[in-house]
Amino acid sequence: MRKVYSKIESIAGNVITVSAEGVRYGELAEVSSRHGKSLAEVIRLKEDKVSLQVFAGSRGISTGDEVRFLGHPMRVSFSDNLLGRIFDGSGRPRDGGTELVENLIEIGGPSVNPAKRIIPRKMVRTGIPMIDLFNSLVESQKLPIFSVSGEPYNPLLARIAMQAEVDIIILGGMGLKYDDYLFFKDTLEQGGALSRSIFFVHTASDPIVECLLVPDISLAVAERFALKGKRVLVLLTDMTNFADALKEIAITMEQVPSNRGYPGDLYSQLAARYEKAVDFEGAGSITILGVTTMPGDDVTHPIPDNTGYITEGQYYLRNGRIEPFGSLSRLKQMVNKDTRADHRALMDAMIKLYAAYKESLEKKSMGFRMSEWDNKLLKYGAIFEKEMMDLSVNIPLEQALDNGWRILAECFTKEETGLRSDLIAKFWPVK
Amino acid sequence: MTETKGRVVGVNGNMVTVAFDGLVTMNEVAYVVVGEKKLKSEVIRIRGNLADLQVFEITRGIGVNDPVEFTGELLSVRLGPGLLQQIYDGLQNPLPELAEKCGFFLERGVYLSPLSEKKTWAFTPTVKVGDVVQRGDAVGTVPEGIFKHRIMVPFSFLDTYTVKSILPSGDYRITDTVAELVDSKGNIHPITMSFEWPVKRPITAYAERLRPDKPMVTKIRIIDTFIPVALGGTYCIPGPFGAGKTVLQQVTSRNAEVDIVIIAACGERAGEVVDTLKEFPLLIDPRTGRTLMERTVIICNTSSMPVAARESSVYTAVTIAEYYRQMGLHVLLLADSTSRWAQAMREMSGRLEEIPGEEAFPAYLESVIASFYERAGIVRLRDGSIGSVTIGGTVSPAGGNFEEPVTQATLKVVGAFHGLSRERSDARKYPAIHPLESWSKYKGSVNKEMTEYGRDILFRGNDVAQMMKVVGEEGTSLEDYIVYLKSEFLDDVYLQQDSFDPVDAAVSTERQQYVYNLIFDVLSTIFNLESKEEARKYFNQLRQKFRDWNGTEWESEEFAGKEKEIRTLIAEKKKGTEELALEILKKVSGS
Ligand SMILES: Nc1ncnc2c1ncn2[C@@H]1O[C@H](COP(=O)(O)OP(=O)(O)O)[C@@H](O)[C@H]1O
Ligand SMILES: [Mg+2]
Repeated sequence: MRKVYSKIESIAGNVITVSAEGVRYGELAEVSSRHGKSLAEVIRLKEDKVSLQVFAGSRGISTGDEVRFLGHPMRVSFSDNLLGRIFDGSGRPRDGGTELVENLIEIGGPSVNPAKRIIPRKMVRTGIPMIDLFNSLVESQKLPIFSVSGEPYNPLLARIAMQAEVDIIILGGMGLKYDDYLFFKDTLEQGGALSRSIFFVHTASDPIVECLLVPDISLAVAERFALKGKRVLVLLTDMTNFADALKEIAITMEQVPSNRGYPGDLYSQLAARYEKAVDFEGAGSITILGVTTMPGDDVTHPIPDNTGYITEGQYYLRNGRIEPFGSLSRLKQMVNKDTRADHRALMDAMIKLYAAYKESLEKKSMGFRMSEWDNKLLKYGAIFEKEMMDLSVNIPLEQALDNGWRILAECFTKEETGLRSDLIAKFWPVK
Repeated sequence: MTETKGRVVGVNGNMVTVAFDGLVTMNEVAYVVVGEKKLKSEVIRIRGNLADLQVFEITRGIGVNDPVEFTGELLSVRLGPGLLQQIYDGLQNPLPELAEKCGFFLERGVYLSPLSEKKTWAFTPTVKVGDVVQRGDAVGTVPEGIFKHRIMVPFSFLDTYTVKSILPSGDYRITDTVAELVDSKGNIHPITMSFEWPVKRPITAYAERLRPDKPMVTKIRIIDTFIPVALGGTYCIPGPFGAGKTVLQQVTSRNAEVDIVIIAACGERAGEVVDTLKEFPLLIDPRTGRTLMERTVIICNTSSMPVAARESSVYTAVTIAEYYRQMGLHVLLLADSTSRWAQAMREMSGRLEEIPGEEAFPAYLESVIASFYERAGIVRLRDGSIGSVTIGGTVSPAGGNFEEPVTQATLKVVGAFHGLSRERSDARKYPAIHPLESWSKYKGSVNKEMTEYGRDILFRGNDVAQMMKVVGEEGTSLEDYIVYLKSEFLDDVYLQQDSFDPVDAAVSTERQQYVYNLIFDVLSTIFNLESKEEARKYFNQLRQKFRDWNGTEWESEEFAGKEKEIRTLIAEKKKGTEELALEILKKVSGS
């Protein structure tokens, strides 16, 4: 039996300090107060002073409450029994089902040896032209949706999840609105996917520290399934809440902030999670689709900024559409060379022309006379937005490519497209 | 191990505080003992009988009173034949061997020999008994792929030595004694084919440092022609995320005309290293007929690997680069991204509770960056041969804003600046190097006056474009409009380059010179064009033909065919040539 300590020496933010011996860094403890029990994790050791962050928060904890060290770091039960179940941020059932205690695995484990990774090769088809044609999604990719609040990012996430051919879907919810949680549940249920899904959901009303566990717990489980050969899709929404929880702890621990109050290790913290996306040689894979809401619609804010440097691209959702600018799939070139010979060139040419359209639009808004060329671009831009960008469009890639050529031919002469002659000879629609 | 004993008294992230008795050296390597595991660490501060260690591993599970062992040695790399083709982590742990031993995941506390101690190398001596040698001098060579790997007197040997014995030609292991040297006091020093060198100390065993004045050819047009890099020079690539820093370095690592490439994947995505790792062994380098891997060393400490080792990884990389430079080779070090290295310093500085500078970076950031880039250079060795280390580092500025401390500190010390722009990458204008803002202090392989002429058109074209935003196309003269079209043309067909096209991806110096001559012709021609509409259409045609031309194999039949079409098209509308251009051409043909 491990020793129980009953003198909490300081309480600040969600961090408590006790004097204790034989404690290890990262170990868990159980704090019992009048309001119930909570887990807590050791985040600093200094001689016999042990600082712990309390998952349920420190509200209502008194200096006389008991702290019992458990002798192991945070763990989660792993087995097929997880499928179809719904848990909270620290792995307790929130669906009224039984608590799972068998086969406990540590969360937040070491990273994959880069030498054991393989080059991702499989395209994930979504039926959304802005993704399939312009920024193809690839199995084992890590990619967030950048968005402002109010945009339909969760429906988009759910739509991709339902369309993707994966074995298991894990939803990691952080600060999720209860309605959104129900939305995911209903959508997966209606799509018949609930029985191969697992939810780890921290809702907006749960203690903030529990939010910090959600990515690790979701990804630890995903990793085990992937090692067993499963193709796992992990949805993390909203990672901005995760980053804000990190900030809160950092401030409590009096760390020097680096940028707008965020800790200097924000990049490493986010990377430790996103880098769990992987294609295992001879086994399964983990694909991570996240949501990063941008505070103040500012992409240079430290959260989207650091995220963008870590993830393999992002889908920029704005006014209900995936914007061509700002959106990026860094892995697209791994797959779009094998789809169709015109895929890459058409993708680039259409975006370049769309950029030119935006310039013409700006000129127009300033009241300048539109040249013949400007008028062509204006026509093109309007069709492009309707046929390519509108999220209600749901067509296979090949059809989207054909539509692309048709749109170009409707608006431009061959030379105006900037496409190479050999491709034009092959793909330009004959009227 | 030294006699000094220590025990853990505090843990904070990857920093461990240790109480010790005896002697401790700043920056020496120590091991924190956790159960069966020994975790490698470095002493980064000493106060009284307390030492702060940065641990190169995950610190989970460390407890107060865990024992600590001190080695007395600074953090070093092992140098010797067999470094090429290796994939190391930031501390020179070979990752493929580690994978064989530990499987999918990086297990902490496992340290393997960086060089094979079993493999034998065909040694040929180059000195005889009685010869006098100094540090860095070769005592023999072994073939390593296509290179003659020099077996050198270790760089830490500061005296002058007489060769007492030397092995005859034969196959030996790196641990075999190949020679015995006698110093000026008569002490005998056996030497083997490998030795260690502390990573943070530059290797200076050369005769003279020279001025970098030969181009380091990247085969990227915008760089080689307009903002060149020199052998032994330094350059940086700052850019917001997704602007194309990594792709630019990847194509450079393939195509650069250097002997050896060291890739330091520092704190960025593991997946990007995998591309290189899996593809280089299959790609044939046309210059040597051997795989690209045979000229490459990869140092890989990606973003989810321990942060302290990330800080060391760039030093591990540059030390290996300097080592091969000592063999009279041209080495290119590509570091992606130096910002992650700076952030690793910042994390540590924060844990040490040092007084933070701008954006919480430590006050010594600038001097550390400067001394890192200072390790680049082209040198004459004692035997007269020339070797170089060129350093190219990407910078990942927070918010894409170049005013931040790492970009600014880097710009102060590098010889060329290739700034990437979000605007250009959004518009798919790759490589998204900003042609107007970027600069270089080095000499390129295309005539400077001709490139300045091109740059001038870019500036003027940009002015016209800005003006058109105010007065509209209708308020712009035909003459100005054509300048604008010329600048767009130069951008479209020359500055932009398709990194994923087999032909366009790498353009030789010869071809660049040849093509730029024709570009110059277009830029300097006074055209017979009547209206803006006609001009736009004409330039569209030109663009189309040049694009197609860029896709044809150098000196092939199609190449000649397209060129002819282009020349005809130019001749159709040529009215004359700008005065200034004629003067430049006269000078060029005269020289
Ligand atoms: N030269 C290029 N040609 C074509 N596409 C490019 C080029 N450079 C970058 N890209 C595209 O942009 C993506 C991001 O580039 P990357 O080099 O990873 O950016 P960064 O390292 O600056 O974040 C790539 O995955 C690729 O899709
Ligand atoms: Mg990059």
